[in-house]
Parts: sequence; structure tokens; C-alpha cells
Amino acid sequence: MASPRGPQSPRSSPSSASSQPYLSVSVTDPVKMGTGVQAYISYRVITKTNMTEYQGSEKIVIRRYSDFVWLYDRLFEKYKGVFIPPLPEKSAVEKFRFSAEFIEMRRQALDLFVNRIASHQELRQSEDLRTFLQVDEEVMERIRSYETGLFKKKPADLIQIFKDVQSKVTDVVLGKEKPVEESSEDYEKLKHYIFELENHLAEAQKQAYRLVKRHRELGNSLSDFGKAVKLLSACEGDNLGKAFSELGAKSEAVSMKLQKEAHELLMNFEEPLKDYVRAVQSIKATIAERVAAFKQQYELAETIKLKEINLDKLMLTRSDRVREAELEYKELKKESEEATERFEMIVRLMNEEIARFQEQKTLDMGIAFHEFAKGQARLATAVADAWRSLLPKLEACSTT
Amino acid sequence: MMGSENEGFEEAPLHSPKEKSESTLLLHHDLNSVDRHPLSDPLLSPTSPNSNPHHPHDIEPPAYADVIFTPFDSSDINGSGSPLDTSSSSSSPHGFSPSNYSDYIKITVSNPQKEQEPSNSLVPGSNTFVTYLVTTRTNIPDFGGSEFSVRRRFRDIVTLSDRLAESYRGFFIPPRPDKSVVESQVMQKQEFVEQRRVALEKYLRRLAAHPVIRKSDELKMFLQVQGKLPLLPTTDVASRMLDGAVKIPKQLLGDGPAVAPHEAAQPAKGGRDLLRLFKELKQSVANDWGSSKPPVVEEDKEFMEKKDRMQELELQLSNASQQAEALVKAQQDMGETMGELGLAFIKLTKFENEEAVFNAQRVRAADMKNLATATVKASRFYRELNLHTVKHLDTLHEYLGLMMSVHGAFADRSSALLTVQTLLSELSSLQSRSEKLEVASSKIFGGDKTRIRKLEELQETIKVTEDAKNVAIRQYEWIKENNRNELERLDVERKADFLNMLKGFVVNQVGYAEKIANVWGKVAEETSNYVRGNS
Repeated sequence: MASPRGPQSPRSSPSSASSQPYLSVSVTDPVKMGTGVQAYISYRVITKTNMTEYQGSEKIVIRRYSDFVWLYDRLFEKYKGVFIPPLPEKSAVEKFRFSAEFIEMRRQALDLFVNRIASHQELRQSEDLRTFLQVDEEVMERIRSYETGLFKKKPADLIQIFKDVQSKVTDVVLGKEKPVEESSEDYEKLKHYIFELENHLAEAQKQAYRLVKRHRELGNSLSDFGKAVKLLSACEGDNLGKAFSELGAKSEAVSMKLQKEAHELLMNFEEPLKDYVRAVQSIKATIAERVAAFKQQYELAETIKLKEINLDKLMLTRSDRVREAELEYKELKKESEEATERFEMIVRLMNEEIARFQEQKTLDMGIAFHEFAKGQARLATAVADAWRSLLPKLEACSTT
Repeated sequence: MMGSENEGFEEAPLHSPKEKSESTLLLHHDLNSVDRHPLSDPLLSPTSPNSNPHHPHDIEPPAYADVIFTPFDSSDINGSGSPLDTSSSSSSPHGFSPSNYSDYIKITVSNPQKEQEPSNSLVPGSNTFVTYLVTTRTNIPDFGGSEFSVRRRFRDIVTLSDRLAESYRGFFIPPRPDKSVVESQVMQKQEFVEQRRVALEKYLRRLAAHPVIRKSDELKMFLQVQGKLPLLPTTDVASRMLDGAVKIPKQLLGDGPAVAPHEAAQPAKGGRDLLRLFKELKQSVANDWGSSKPPVVEEDKEFMEKKDRMQELELQLSNASQQAEALVKAQQDMGETMGELGLAFIKLTKFENEEAVFNAQRVRAADMKNLATATVKASRFYRELNLHTVKHLDTLHEYLGLMMSVHGAFADRSSALLTVQTLLSELSSLQSRSEKLEVASSKIFGGDKTRIRKLEELQETIKVTEDAKNVAIRQYEWIKENNRNELERLDVERKADFLNMLKGFVVNQVGYAEKIANVWGKVAEETSNYVRGNS
């Protein structure tokens, strides 16, 4: 699989200028651990770095999928506004969980995940990343099980946030509350873009997956056809029998080429599309964070207004509670400023991220399209060559 | 949709008359109305000078794309319905036919119309049926005309088919379309009529392709005689019963001439020859379970071997035919999904362009557009590939259908043999009766008037039965000869047709694979900057 692309963050080789900090990670060697229901896959994560925050220049640790999930969650919590690279899905289908293809696809996706983090200006500085890349298995397990419960945002929360976002219209209509969402044109455009993009991409990915299946089906039917034709050749004998037999053999050969290409298509075209979809979904989660942050600073701003009015009232009436109220007000003001700061940082980060995202995706897709076209051309050429080689034999059968 | 292709003179739908020489060959070939037996005629018309039907022209490797695509890039491919709709086009146009065919019969079935039977029932409109226009173009002198049309209904086809079965026993007569009562209820009327029209045309064309049947009176009458079809339906049980009823008392009594000799040689039909059926049944049981061998048996070892081979062939053909269906479906699906993928990318491209904020989006949209265009092109190629594949592999289905005719021809032989055996047994028992009578009457001095009369009648019956037996034997031998010739013809034609099918199939695959490779090669080239090192 090609190394992570992007002009700003290639996987730099260790031999580059030693002054340049580099962090190179790879996820390799999937191994099945345990048995039965408890069984899982463990991966080897190899880190090579010259960054001083790291202990030593090379480290190898063993990690499992849930560790990667932990890392994602931590980064998501800490780096609001940043598009955290997406994780591959948990697989629902039991029998598929340990198929060679699935394991390889997941390994690649995890490798990509960690590499993207290691290439990201902000994320690569993360302490959690260092933890992930360096601590022992047992320590990792302890950390994961302890912190997962505390910090992981429940899916229900995310859904609620989206519900809020979608239901603002209803709220206004029902006169419940004022819409608690940004109303800037840029934001609206971005939100609309991301949500629509997901739909379009999902459709493309669906068709790409189907295309992989079609390759396999065509391969199978060609193979079956070849077998049937071979049986027919036994009936006919002589030249015709020979012709049939040659055709049967060729059908089977072409069938294998189709199966091979199906695999390539899956890895080099369908997976990148899937990855794209995941990335967009990750952005949606970031948008949700932005919405939450906005709501928070907005609500604080509203509360402050009320407090101001109240304070003025108290000052006018020269109440004893003025000092108390003043303190409260100061506290609240500080909170509000912090909330506003947080929100504005998210907005700023997102703007940078979206620009970077678009660049990156153009490159990623360029490569994926290239691989797709190359694979299809390769397949078609091989198929043409295979069938063409049969023609002189068929000629020979009809002239003798 | 099919209507336009059926207006009177039907141009070979896959090429226009202005095409170059090779398509002229194909045009000419197509006019022969020879679907899968492009080479059946030359066997009978050796006048074709430079024809060497079993050695088609060589195919030059580089020219596939041209060879295939000039004749076949037509609206017929893009516009017309399902890829399985092969009615108006010959199924093996790749057959490299000899340069001249001296005679041809081209039959077209078109213009279905509802007609009403002069109704004598109380319910109005209860007796409607569909008629089809059967148009024939031919240069065979026997027809006494070069172009003519008649209106026929499905019932007429059944009659034709039954009469042919009677007259051409031992021949591989193409099976006629089904009556398919169920389908007519389930399908939309229009669809059903169209399906039937297609089937009728195919059937008539097959008949016209058979070297012997095409010259038959039955076919001639069917194609030419205006108005009501003059062929009598033979399965009209009721009238036959009436005819036979007169003869039954005599038959039951076992005396007197039962039937005319030539009728005796025809297979026993239900409703007609009850007694004869019974006798033949008795005979076949005796054949199977009796201790003595019947007087005449199937001795032709060569035939038995061929029969076994036919059985095996049928089995494998059926299998191959099934797999061919599956292959065609898989190719179809591939084309469809490609198309859907292309469409999805086109929508994405449009979306990115509309919403573009960053230049990267526009670049991506442009890349996507190239990809989408190529994908849609490839999809179209797969679909075209499949249309042709269907036509080629149809040869398998055709020959599978032909196996039914082979069964029929072998059945004719068996039943003719059974008739001979029955008559021989009959003769033998009549003769022993006659001997017994003679012995008995010779014991009475001066003769026994009753017995002598009976003896005379018996001698009469024996003579008639003897004649019938001779006719039956001649029939049997004739049928055996027909079997032999047909098997030979089948072998020759099958070999040629299958080889053509294989070649056509492969050339097709090569041609389209090359085209598809081209399309993708361009896109790979256009996107190669993404992988040539890192920016």
C-alpha cells in the first residue's frame, strides 16, 4: 500500500537531515491471539523517531484494535477542531472477522491511521500518542480499561448533538428556544457540504464494492463455463473436441485473472473510497464538537447578559449581595471568555483542517483513480492477450 | 420497438447496404435466413464455385476491432430491448459463408392482429385470436413467386408441425414453439404476442434452413396459400373417431381388411386405431418380457453407439447451455455496475464543482470526470460485448433444442420398428390359424363350406396384412435412412457451427477487451502524475 501522501507530511526516511524531527510508524504482523469468543488480533507497532520527547530512537510494541480506539477517543477529546484520522470499523459479521482479506484491510487502515497522526503538525505532539507508541502491553491495557469508561463520549451524546442541530427549525416553529447554532454563511455551507458529500461518497463506495463482487462473479461463471465446455469436448472428440478443450482451459485462465484483479480493486480503489467516507464521518463528529462549543459559549453569553442586568439592579438598590454578585459575575465572565476562546480556536483549526483535507483528498483520490484505471487496463490487456492466443489454435482445429 | 424492423422487406438489421465487401457477404448470408446452419445449403447446392464452407477465411490478429465493429456498431445494439432479443438478427453472423448462395428463402413474421372468429356463441368477443403476417422472399422456382404474404394463426403452426411430423418421420424436424397456456394468462398480452411472434419467426426460419423440409409441400402451402390453411389437422380426434367408427366393428371382430396398407404403416394414433394400439402394446410387452426375440430387432450397432453419444451430448449441451446463461448474466451485471459507478462519480463531480471553495476540489472534480467518463464507456462496452456473446452462445441453446428433434426422429424409428414387429407377429399368427383351418377342413371329405369360406377370408386378410407388412418395412428402412443422413448432417453442421461459435466468441472477447484496455489506459496515463514520485 502506498505510503501516506501529502506534500506537507510524507513518511520521511530516517536518513533525512537529523535536525528535522521525524516520526515514522508502521503497523505490521497481525497475529491471532486467544481462542473462541475472546479471540482478537494483535498488531506490531514499530516506531522510529529522533524526537526528544520519545524514549529512544526505535520502539516496538504490541497493540490491539481497542488500543487504537482509545487513542482516537483521547485525541478527539483533546484536539477539538482537528479532523482526527478515521479508524476502520469494528466488524459485525462474525465469520468475516478473521478472514485474511479483512485482517489485511484492517491492518492497512490502522497503519494509515497512525501515520496520519504522526504526520499531523498538532497531533504528532500528543502525549497520548507517545503513550500509545511506547508503553507496554499490560500498561496499555490498564490505561485503556480505566480511561475508556470515563472519557469516551457515548454515541447517544453525539446523536443528541446532531438532533439539536437538525431540530433547530422545529424549535423555532414551536417557539421553544432561539436557534442555538451558528448562522454564518461559511458554516452553513461547510455543514451542508460535509453532509451531502457523505451521501455521494457512500454511494460511490457502495458501487465500488459491488464492482469487486461483479469481478468475482464473472470469474466464477467463466470458470464454471470452462468446466462445462471441457466436458463437452469429451463428447465431441476430434478437432471440435480439441477446440472446446482449449476454450475451456482459457476460460479458467481468464477467470483467475479476474479473481486477482478483484482483490486489487478492493485494496486499491474500494478501500480508499471507504477511507474517504470514514474521514468525512470523522469531520461530522468534529462539527458536532463545534456545535457543542458554540452552544456553550452562546449560553454563557446569554447568562452573562442576565447577570449584568441583575448586577445593575442590585447596585441600584445598594443590596448587600452586590459583592457576591460581582464575584459571580467575574467568574462567569472568565468562563465565558474561555468558552469563546475555545470555540474560536475550533473554528480556526477547522478552517486550516478543511483546506488541508481538500488538498490531501485530491491527492489520495488521484492515486486511487490511477490504480483503478491501471488495474482495469492491466486486466483487459491480459484478457485480450489470453483470448487472442487461442485463435491460431481454433484456426488449426477448423482447417485440419 | 420491434415493429420498425418488420416492415415488409427486412434489411439485414446489423448492417446497411452500403457497407464494404465483407459485410456484403454477411448481408447475403443473412438473406439465406440461415440462423445457425450457414453451411447446410452448400451441401445440397454444389454449384457454389469457390465455396469451401468448412474453411472460413483467416482472421488477421490486428484487425479485430475493425472486423467486429464496422458491421456491428449499429442502432440495433444501442436501442433495441433486451440482449436476449435475437429474433430479427441471425445468430451467427460471423459465419464466413461461401461467396454465393444460389437459392434462399427468407421468412419474416410480423404485424400481429386481433381477429374474430365468426361467432356462433352467445358471448360477444369470445372467439378472438391473433394472426400474424408471414412474408416470404425466395428465389426458389418451386414456389412460383419471389415474394408473397399470408396471414396465419398459431393453430396453423401446430397443424403444419403435426403434418411435417407425419410426413417426415426420421428427420430432425425443428421443434415448434410451445402452446404455453400458462404464460398467455400471466404475461401482458402485448408482451406475449411479441414473444410468440419472435418464436414463430425463428421456427419458420429453422424449417426453411432444413435441406429437405424447406422443399416440402406442407411448408409451401403454409407460406403461400391464401386464406384458410388447406392442411388438415390430424389430431382432430372427433372426426377421426367418426371415420374410424365405421371400421371398428370389423376391427373388433378381427376379420376383414382393417385399414389400408399405407395407413397401417403410420403410427397408431389414439382415437383412431384402438385395436392396433392394443396390439402394438402387446407386442412391445412381448418384446420386453417375452422369452423369444422379436422377428426383427434393432441391429445397427453403429446406430446404437450414435444414440448413446447423442444422449451424452445432450447432457453436456444442457450443462454448457446453463453455464453460458450464467456467464451472460455475470457480464451483464458487470456492465450495469460499472454504469452505476460511473453515474455515482458523475454526480460527485457535479457536486464538487458546485460547492467548490478550494481549487483542490476543482482539480479532484476534473479527475473524477475523466474517471467517470471512462467508467461509463467501459460499461457500454461490457454491454455490447454481452449482446454479441449472447448471439454466439445461442448456438449452444439452439443445438440443445435440436436434441428434441433427434429424440423425435429416434422415436419415429422405434415406433416404425414396433409396427413391423407387430405386423410380423400378426402375420405369423394369421398363418398358423390358416394352417390349422386347412388341416381341419381337409379332414372333412368334400370340404366344409363354412370352413372353406372362413379360410378364403383368412387368406384375404393375410394378403392385406402381408402388403401392410411390406409397406411397414419399407417405411422402417426409409426412416432408418433418414436417421442416418440426418445424423451425418448434424455432425457436419454441428462441427462447423460450434467452431464458428467458438471463434466468434473469442474474437468478440478480444475485440472488446482491447477497446476497454484502451479506455482505461488513457485514464491511467492522465493520472500518472499522482504516482510519479511525490510532489
